[in-house]
Amino acid sequence: MPDIILEVKDLTKTYPSGGKLLTVLDHVSFAIEKGTGCAIVGPSGSGKTTLLGLCAGLDKASEGTVLLNQIALESLNEDERAHVRSQNVGFIFQSFNLMPTLTALENVMIPLELRKEKNIRQRSLALLEKVGLIDRYNHYPAQLSGGEQQRVSIARAFSNEPKILFADEPTGNLDEETGAIIQKLIFDLNKASGTTLVLVTHDPELARKTDRIIRMRGGKIVSDELTSELITVKK
Amino acid sequence: MNLKWLLNMAWRDSRKNRSRLFLFMSSIILGIAALVAINSFGDNLKRQVNDEAKALLGADMQIESKQQFPDSLIQFLDSLNLKTTEEISFASMVIFNSNGGTRLVNVRAVESGFPFYGSVNTKPAGAATSFTHSRKALVDKTLLTQFESQPGDSIKVGSLVFAIAGSILKVPGQSGITSSIAPPVFIPLDLVESTGLLQKGSRIEYTLYIKYPENFKAVTYEQVIKPWLDKTDFRYEDVSARKDQVGNAYADLTGFLNLTAFVALLLGCIGVASSVHIYMKEKIQTVAILRCMGATGMQGVGIFLMQIFFMGSIGSVIGALLGTFIQYYLPILFADFLPFELSMQLSWSSIWMGIFMGIITSVLFALFPLLGIRKVSPLKALRSSYESPEKDRLPYLIYLLILIFITAFTYMQLESLQKAVVFTGVLLLSFGVLAAFAQLITWLTRRFLPVKSSFTWRQGLSNLYRPNNQTLILVITIGLGTSLIMTMLLSQQLLLDKLKFSSASGDRPNMVVFDIQDSQIDSIRKFTINEQMPVISSVPIVTMKITNINGKTIDELKDDSTSVVKDWVLDREYRVTYRDTLIDSEEIVEGKWIGKSSFNADTIFVSMDKNLATDMNVHIGDPVTFNVQGAMIKTYVGSIRKIDFQRVQTNFLVLFPTGILENAPKFHVILTRFKDSPQSAKFQQLLVSKFPNVSIIDLNLILETVDSVISKVSFIIRFMAFFSIITGIIVLIGSVMISKYQRIQESVLLRTMGADKKQILSINMLEYFLLGSLASLTGILIAVFVSIGLAEFSFNTVLVPAWEPILAGYLIITGLTVLIGLLNSREVVNKPPLEILRKEV
Repeated sequence: MPDIILEVKDLTKTYPSGGKLLTVLDHVSFAIEKGTGCAIVGPSGSGKTTLLGLCAGLDKASEGTVLLNQIALESLNEDERAHVRSQNVGFIFQSFNLMPTLTALENVMIPLELRKEKNIRQRSLALLEKVGLIDRYNHYPAQLSGGEQQRVSIARAFSNEPKILFADEPTGNLDEETGAIIQKLIFDLNKASGTTLVLVTHDPELARKTDRIIRMRGGKIVSDELTSELITVKK
Repeated sequence: MNLKWLLNMAWRDSRKNRSRLFLFMSSIILGIAALVAINSFGDNLKRQVNDEAKALLGADMQIESKQQFPDSLIQFLDSLNLKTTEEISFASMVIFNSNGGTRLVNVRAVESGFPFYGSVNTKPAGAATSFTHSRKALVDKTLLTQFESQPGDSIKVGSLVFAIAGSILKVPGQSGITSSIAPPVFIPLDLVESTGLLQKGSRIEYTLYIKYPENFKAVTYEQVIKPWLDKTDFRYEDVSARKDQVGNAYADLTGFLNLTAFVALLLGCIGVASSVHIYMKEKIQTVAILRCMGATGMQGVGIFLMQIFFMGSIGSVIGALLGTFIQYYLPILFADFLPFELSMQLSWSSIWMGIFMGIITSVLFALFPLLGIRKVSPLKALRSSYESPEKDRLPYLIYLLILIFITAFTYMQLESLQKAVVFTGVLLLSFGVLAAFAQLITWLTRRFLPVKSSFTWRQGLSNLYRPNNQTLILVITIGLGTSLIMTMLLSQQLLLDKLKFSSASGDRPNMVVFDIQDSQIDSIRKFTINEQMPVISSVPIVTMKITNINGKTIDELKDDSTSVVKDWVLDREYRVTYRDTLIDSEEIVEGKWIGKSSFNADTIFVSMDKNLATDMNVHIGDPVTFNVQGAMIKTYVGSIRKIDFQRVQTNFLVLFPTGILENAPKFHVILTRFKDSPQSAKFQQLLVSKFPNVSIIDLNLILETVDSVISKVSFIIRFMAFFSIITGIIVLIGSVMISKYQRIQESVLLRTMGADKKQILSINMLEYFLLGSLASLTGILIAVFVSIGLAEFSFNTVLVPAWEPILAGYLIITGLTVLIGLLNSREVVNKPPLEILRKEV
């Protein structure tokens, strides 16, 4: 029996829109093993980001269940889900989402501070060193380039040693060259820490670097393939 | 919740926002300063009233009477071994011999030893202790200045000439305002008889000042003196009664002033709420990111609550410091209204109260927008357009808390729940009206935006309703501040116009000659006509008291707990006239006026004023017995009149028919009219030298006095309104500067797309011009409505608003708004767009 970190069963999400219910996710099910990498791909509006949000406990599903590290997220309230995120989850966003009023170092420190860890500053500095920004630790996001901001964001995402890392279009706002550097950084750190990676992307190159690709369309999974074997599973 | 982490985060996040956070808090500084200053002032007043209570009274107790004190009283006081000193006071004309000027003054004839406590301050010092030994007088300093006289000159009081021994600087227990209305002239008591002014019918006040011996026991006052005096008609009070009376009067004053300071603080708090609201909108993304990383909603609230708390504390401490400085100015501001020179001390209780109020109000008002971020979904970090469908009801609780807080604070100041609820209600209504007006403006602009107008106009106008617009907050804060000061200015104008109208128009009298004896009336009438002045009316006045109403004596009515007759109608001395016709300020509303009667008639029908009849609980046909200086006259209520007391007429609460009082001791009043000041001065001078006992009121002089009193009062109101206005301006600056962060991206975008400096400035100028205009005009409109209401219901007149203060108010407020707005935009137009974006956003 493989060790499952994320299990999604019959997940459905609907929103009221113009007096009707709009189904964004329609009975989606899959499971992800610990330490693997999985890419969720699909056209705009296919439900990728909604799925990512639900998997990370950022929102509540209309139907179905999400088991994150064996914890059923739908039974938890907002603060309990926040605690689960703090203990298990890391995030990398397309638009970096660094806090503009905090320095690079302080941004990296926050997840550790929320977990009340020890040696926070040293550990955060070490992470900044790993992403090559040790000499810019005291800079504010506005003083960093897009690539540098994303590197800080990566350092922040790995700072609490997450069991699972969610990345939403991590290279979407970057040029090809910088994007390649960021991709390498994510996969290297992921490999070194043994973290599970779930990433949403439009970039087929990036998707192929993961172990598995889930394709979505109209809120449903249309294919789920291992990149090594390229087996298509019809749902 | 990890407090250390919250503090850390609050500190880190504040680094780039400190100037903005301080700007939010600066709007509460003046409100706190005003509160601390007024409370400190109140504390110092209370302390000094306690310390100087004996000096306020000048004695341990005093007894007052309209008649000379009987021997029985003097013997009674002697039997208790009490030391006494007497004063006789009355209004009379005096003549300044150096230039022949005349003036109605308050003559106070005192014995040596007056006052027992405190002293009459004079220049030269010490004149008050020696003037009673010879024919000398002390004269109020403003009188000496007015008549260009000085110590050494002389003054004629009645038929005696007194050398002026000194000018009076301060009389214990008397404020500058009282002195300006009835300036005092002190003369020795043993010479008062020789002035010839103590004639029967004159209105004379007798006062006995009493000093207790050293071994005096308080129980003697309670058990011996009070019961003895209660059986007489004398009015009396001791130190504690005076302390209570003065203390209560000043507690009312400081309570009122505190409320005006509180209004300034509330205005500031609205500024805080509005600024924090915009600030929080910017912080939503930060909160969403934090929530993604595992922070709870309350941790997000906690970070910004800490910032508000600390900035509120800093604002409050600065406000308290400023208030502590301002308090030293208040004794100067109120000098004319205080019966002593107030020495100020630090009032720590007021300082702590101010800081506490500042923190509580800033946090309470900031909680509104702050609590909103509790519900920020972490999903917003992924999709900024995501809106949580959850409804938050907690803000309603904050509304309720704020209302309870305002009512509780007002209750503490006014000590009346009803008044506190009314105050809160009126405040709420004012806010409501202003808010509704602001909403109307935004709706109208959106609905009727001229789509074919120029680009600049469309941009400027649409800024009034666009998201994050400042219309609501500016209309409320600036509007309320403007309405306060404009109401005050218009009311002042209203009062003065009314007085001018009364004294200056048509053939109305502008001079009153009174205290005319029976034997003098014919001569004075002739004299007046010879001086080319008309005798507009000549009225006899008889003083009397009531002894019996509806078969019950005054004592029976006083003892009857079920009686609805008001005390004031029982004890007062009635000044009554008699005539056979009504005058044009009177109108019969009940019964029938019978103008003639005689002692032989079965019944004497008198006419009562409507309000008097209500308070006396009498109706047509009810019997009322008067004691006319010893003679009992039984009358019946024949008619009830409505009297217009606003008219310059001799109006009377009780009117007798002719045929009854003709032979009673009486004095007369003549109403006349002078053309100009020289005629008035000559008439007064000649009349007083011929008839020294006669007193004259020049209504123009009254007008000047009232004008000066109103000016002093209005200066204080303006001073208090200043806090609200400046707070409004700070909120305006804050709002405009915060709107800079809202608008900067749009302005930069316009710049990037090729908008030139002139276009950007025009758009901004138009927006701020419209905001300033709308805010100030709304405030002015409210002020005009309130003043029209005051004119209609309180002053019974019609308001014709003066345009000068209205125009000045409008131009100043609007100009200031435009100026601040343009100063704010200068960076956008003077620097490259990218530099601004990297710096500000």
